[in-house]
Amino acid sequence: MTTFDYFQIILFFTALTALTPLLGNFMYKVFTGQKHFMLPVFGWLEKLTYGASGIDPRKETDWRSYTFNLLIFNLSGLVFLFLIQVFQGYLPLNPANLPNVSWHSAFNTAVSFMTNTNWQGYAGETTLSYFVQMIGLTVQNFVSAATGLAVILALIRGLSNKSSEKLGNFWVDLTRSTLYVLLPLSILLSVTLVGQGVVQNFKSYDTVQTLEGQEQILPMGPAASQIAIKQLGTNGGGFFNTNSAHPFENPTPFSNFLEMLAILLIPSAFTFTYGKMVGSVRQGWTIFSAMLILLLTGLSISLYAEYSANPLFGNLPLMEGKETRFGITNSVLWATSTSAASNGSVNAMHDSLSPLAGMVAMINIMLGEIIFGGVGAGLYGMIIFVIITVFIAGLMVGRTPEYLGKKIQAFEVQMAMIAILLPNLVILVFSAIASVSSAGLSGLNNYGPHGLSEILYAYSSAAGNNGSAFAGLNANTVFYNLTLGIGMLIGRFGVIIPVLAIAGSLGNKNVTPDSTGTFRTDNWLFIGLLISVILIVGGLTHFPALSLGPIVEHILMNQHSTF
Amino acid sequence: MKTLITSIRILLFFTVLTGVVYPLLVTVIVQLAFKDKANGSLIIKDNKVIGSELIGQQFDSTIYFSSRPSAISYNPLPSGASNYGPTNLKLINAFNERKTDFIRVNRLNSRSEIPSEMLLASASGLDPHISPKAAFLQVNRIAIARHFNSIQRSMLNETIEKLTEKPQFLIFGEERINVLNLNIVLDKLSFSDHSKY
Repeated sequence: MTTFDYFQIILFFTALTALTPLLGNFMYKVFTGQKHFMLPVFGWLEKLTYGASGIDPRKETDWRSYTFNLLIFNLSGLVFLFLIQVFQGYLPLNPANLPNVSWHSAFNTAVSFMTNTNWQGYAGETTLSYFVQMIGLTVQNFVSAATGLAVILALIRGLSNKSSEKLGNFWVDLTRSTLYVLLPLSILLSVTLVGQGVVQNFKSYDTVQTLEGQEQILPMGPAASQIAIKQLGTNGGGFFNTNSAHPFENPTPFSNFLEMLAILLIPSAFTFTYGKMVGSVRQGWTIFSAMLILLLTGLSISLYAEYSANPLFGNLPLMEGKETRFGITNSVLWATSTSAASNGSVNAMHDSLSPLAGMVAMINIMLGEIIFGGVGAGLYGMIIFVIITVFIAGLMVGRTPEYLGKKIQAFEVQMAMIAILLPNLVILVFSAIASVSSAGLSGLNNYGPHGLSEILYAYSSAAGNNGSAFAGLNANTVFYNLTLGIGMLIGRFGVIIPVLAIAGSLGNKNVTPDSTGTFRTDNWLFIGLLISVILIVGGLTHFPALSLGPIVEHILMNQHSTF
Repeated sequence: MKTLITSIRILLFFTVLTGVVYPLLVTVIVQLAFKDKANGSLIIKDNKVIGSELIGQQFDSTIYFSSRPSAISYNPLPSGASNYGPTNLKLINAFNERKTDFIRVNRLNSRSEIPSEMLLASASGLDPHISPKAAFLQVNRIAIARHFNSIQRSMLNETIEKLTEKPQFLIFGEERINVLNLNIVLDKLSFSDHSKY
C-alpha cells in the first residue's frame, strides 16, 4: 500500500463522518414533522400521496396495526413484482424482446427486491426488460428502503414514548422517507453519475463494429436512475450483471467514490438522527463509533489479506475479478462497505477475493448487518444487540437493565433473541442442506473449501438481506431460487416483527429518570461491551463453519494447495 | 381489506412516481446536460460507431495493444467474470499460460515482471483499461509488426504517456490507459491503411 492508498481511505471516512450530522439533522427534521428546505419543493407531493391513497396522516396506530400495514404493503409489492416478471413478454418497453421470466426466478427476484436484499440470480441485461427494471425494481428499491426507515422510526417512538401504545403512522413514515430523503438524493446522485458516464436512455441495444472488425452489442437502458437508488437505499441490485464493476454502471474512480459513499450515507447519518430523536446526540455517536470501529477492523484485515502475497500467483497483486481503474484498495474498501451495509452491490468479484478478505465480507453479513447495515435495518439490528448488551450488563451488576430510561424485561430480551437467532438459523440450516444435496452442490464453480464458502456466502447474503454473492455459484435453479427466497423472507420479517413487538412493549412503559446507579450507554465502556457482545455472539455461531471454509483455504493457499 | 386497498393505492402512486416520473425526469435532465455520456460515450469513426469509450474490446492481432483477459471475450451480453477463487487450479493454469504467452508474443525476457492485470481477468469482462506499464511492454512487438521506424517508435511511447490517465482529480483511483483510445491513435500513427499488415 502507498501513502496515496491511505489518503483515499482517510478521505472516504472523513467525508462520511462529515456528512453524518448534516444529513442526520435534516432527517431529524423530516421525521419529527418540522420545517425543512425540501418541504416547499415536495410538500405538495406528500399531500397528493395521502389524497391519492386515501390516508389520514394524523391517525397513529399501535404496534399491531403498524406491523399489519407494513406486511400487507410489502405483500402487495411482492405479488405485483412477481406478476410483471412472468408476463414480461406481453408488456411494453422491451426492445431486446426478452421472454417471460420463469416462476422460480421471478419469485426469488420479487422477494429479493421487496426485502431490500437485491440478490440477483439472473443477469439484468439478458433477462429483464426496461419495463420490469423501472416499474418493478426501481420502485421496490425505494419502498423497501423506506420500509426499513419506517421500522426504525417506530422503534424510536417506542423508546421515547411515555406510556403510550401509539407508534406513529406507517404510511406517513413510508411517504416521508421516500419523498424527502430517498427521492431528492437519488435525483442528485443519478444526474452526477451520468456526468461521469453512466448510461441513462431508452435506446435499443447498440450493435457496433469493433476496431478489429468484430461485432459487439452494447446494452443500454435507464441505468443511472436505478443505480442511484440501489446505492442509497442499501439495495444493491445492479442494472447489469456485473453490477458496479460494469463500466456503464461505474465508469470512473470518482463515480466509484460517490457510489461507495452512497452505500453508507443514510445508515451512517441515521445514527445522528437517532441520537436527536431519543434526546441525546451522544447516544447516536456511541452507536456510530461502535459501527465505525467494527468496519475499520474488518477493512484492515481485508487490506492486509489482499496486499499480502499469494504464493500461487507469483506474489503479484491479485487482480482477478477486479477493474484496473479501481485497483486493489478501492475494490477492498467497496467490498467491506457493501457487506457491512447490507447493500450488496459489488465493484469487484467477491468470489475471487483472497480467502481472508472474502471471510471479512462474510462476517460483516453474518453479524446481522449491523455495521451501519441497511437503511433503517442496520440501526434496528444494532438496537437489538444494545438490548442484549444492557441485559448482560444488568445481570453483572445485579440491577434491572434499562436503556434510555426504559426497563428491559423478559419480553424484550426474548424478542431480541428471536431476531438474532432466526437469520443465523437460516444460514446454518440451509447451508448444511445445500452442502450435502446434489441440488446444492451442482451449482458450485469452485471446489475444496472455497466451494463451501460459496454456499455459506449465499445463505448469509440471503438471511442478512445483503444481496452480494460469491457469484460463481449458479443459483438460478429451482433449489437455490426457492431456498434463498425463503431465507430472505425469514431474514427480513423474522427481525422486523420482533423489533416492532419490542417497540410496542417499550412504548407502554414509563420512563424512569436517570440516577447515579444507572448504567450509562453513551461512553467508551459501553462501546467496548457492545462490540464484545456482537463478536461473541457472531463468533460462537459461525466460527466452526468459517474455519472449514475461508480459514482452511487461507492455510492451504499458503501451502500451495489447489483445487 | 381496507389496508389492502390502501396498500394497492399507495403502491400504484409510488409506482408512477418512482418508477415512471423519476426515471423520465432524470432522463430528460441528462439528455439535455450530458447527451453523449447518457447514450453510452460512443466513439464514431468514418461515420460508423466503432465502440464505446467505456467498454473494452478484444484485440487478438499483434498490431494492436492487447486488452486484459476477459471471461466473456468482451461480449457484453451478459457481462461477467470467471469467479474463480484464489486456490482454483483452473485460474492458476490460466495465469501461467497467459504469462508464457505474453512473454513470447512481446519477446520479453522470461523473468520480466508483468503487471498482473494482463494475466488475470477483470470483474466486468469489459475493463477498458490497462496500466501504462502493461502498454509499454507491448510497444516493441507492435513496432515490429507495423514496421515502425525509430521516429514512429518514439512517437508511440509519447502517445502512451500522453494518453495515460492520472488518478482522477489527482485523488481517486489508479493510473491507467484506455486501450481502445490508444489503438485508435496507433492506427493514425501508422500513416497508412493498416490492412496491408
